[in-house]
Amino acid sequence: MVGQTPSTETVWAWLGQVPDPEIPVISLTDLGIIRDVVWRGDTLEVTVTPTYSGCPATSIINLDIETALRAKGIENLTLKRQLSPAWTTDWLSPEGRDKLEAYGIAPPQPAGGPQHCPHCKAADVERISQFGSTPCKAQWRCLSCLEPFDYFKCI
Amino acid sequence: MSAELFEFCCRMGDNALVLGHRVSEWCGHAPVIEEDIALANIALDLIGQTQLWLGLAGEVEGKGRDADKLAFHRDVWDFRNLLLVEQPNGDFGRTLMRQFLFDAWHLEQLTALQTSSDDRIAAIAEKAAKEVAYHFERSTDTVIGLGDGTEESHTRMQAALEFLWPYVGEAFVGDRIDEALTKAKITPDPATLRPAYDARINSVLGEATLTRPEGTFTHQGGKTGKRHSEHLGHMLTQMQWLQRAYPDATW
Repeated sequence: MVGQTPSTETVWAWLGQVPDPEIPVISLTDLGIIRDVVWRGDTLEVTVTPTYSGCPATSIINLDIETALRAKGIENLTLKRQLSPAWTTDWLSPEGRDKLEAYGIAPPQPAGGPQHCPHCKAADVERISQFGSTPCKAQWRCLSCLEPFDYFKCI
Repeated sequence: MSAELFEFCCRMGDNALVLGHRVSEWCGHAPVIEEDIALANIALDLIGQTQLWLGLAGEVEGKGRDADKLAFHRDVWDFRNLLLVEQPNGDFGRTLMRQFLFDAWHLEQLTALQTSSDDRIAAIAEKAAKEVAYHFERSTDTVIGLGDGTEESHTRMQAALEFLWPYVGEAFVGDRIDEALTKAKITPDPATLRPAYDARINSVLGEATLTRPEGTFTHQGGKTGKRHSEHLGHMLTQMQWLQRAYPDATW
């Protein structure tokens, strides 16, 4: 690498610019799946945890991380998969939750259902299905504005 | 111990793989789109868990086989899944009843495995248990909804329960592999999971107005690989078709 080794803070900031491939409105750091960034000698090690074990986006995410960091001049890079502690939606950043809602996806709630419709904010909502278009979402419907919407599953 | 560990990881991985494939057979065929999506998502979780278990199996074995090799290059006699999960889908009710009977065991098993003395197993169990808790919640809701539903749905759910019941006990029968792993505190003694399992399913079946069959006979041979039902071979011809026709083909 030419010049100075970037600090881990800088790398975190770069990763904060990498969008989630399925929900591009939030970044990988918003999603809480980047667990660690460390230098081991002249090799950068990024620890990533999967959201769901079968999520097809996982391999794309690894590819996106690699592409983004290589573009910043990182030559020696290893990606480490970490299963434990298992990913939880508690790791979504507050900004990430706001961005989800603005995008039309209700953010996860410990109570197990959306707080309100992400479109009209009415609290009168019902579940259509426990599952949705990606492993991390469920389908709900607003009984006030009648719009269906995605809810980010709370796990 | 690595031979036993390999066997155990294949058992866990093959349960997830075979059930995942069975459930995926519904893709495009479920009664309503929400159920279609739900089934496909459950299949996806299970296939993801398969990658973790069979990946670890290959690592433990140390012969260079990865999860794909184990999934697609083994034949029926090498599979170690429970007979329950290889049974054909039948109607929607039977598919959901099979899911419920399996989820209830799977959740107990994964919960127990989280305290395994093998960190790799504990980590996979921790990850998978969260997904399976969600599966169990859904299969419970569906069994109650259909059991305590119309006369038609109730009859079908009771018939599904009676058909699948003789396949339930296999999960709780231990062998010398379980014995060795239990002694090393890697896995729970299968029989010890039964009381909690019974408590789980009894309360749900009660709420679903379904009658738990009295029979105690248990088909065996899937977990040990000694005698699979005829259905698994047919399933594998579909699942492994591409790798059989074009060995080692990659994307």
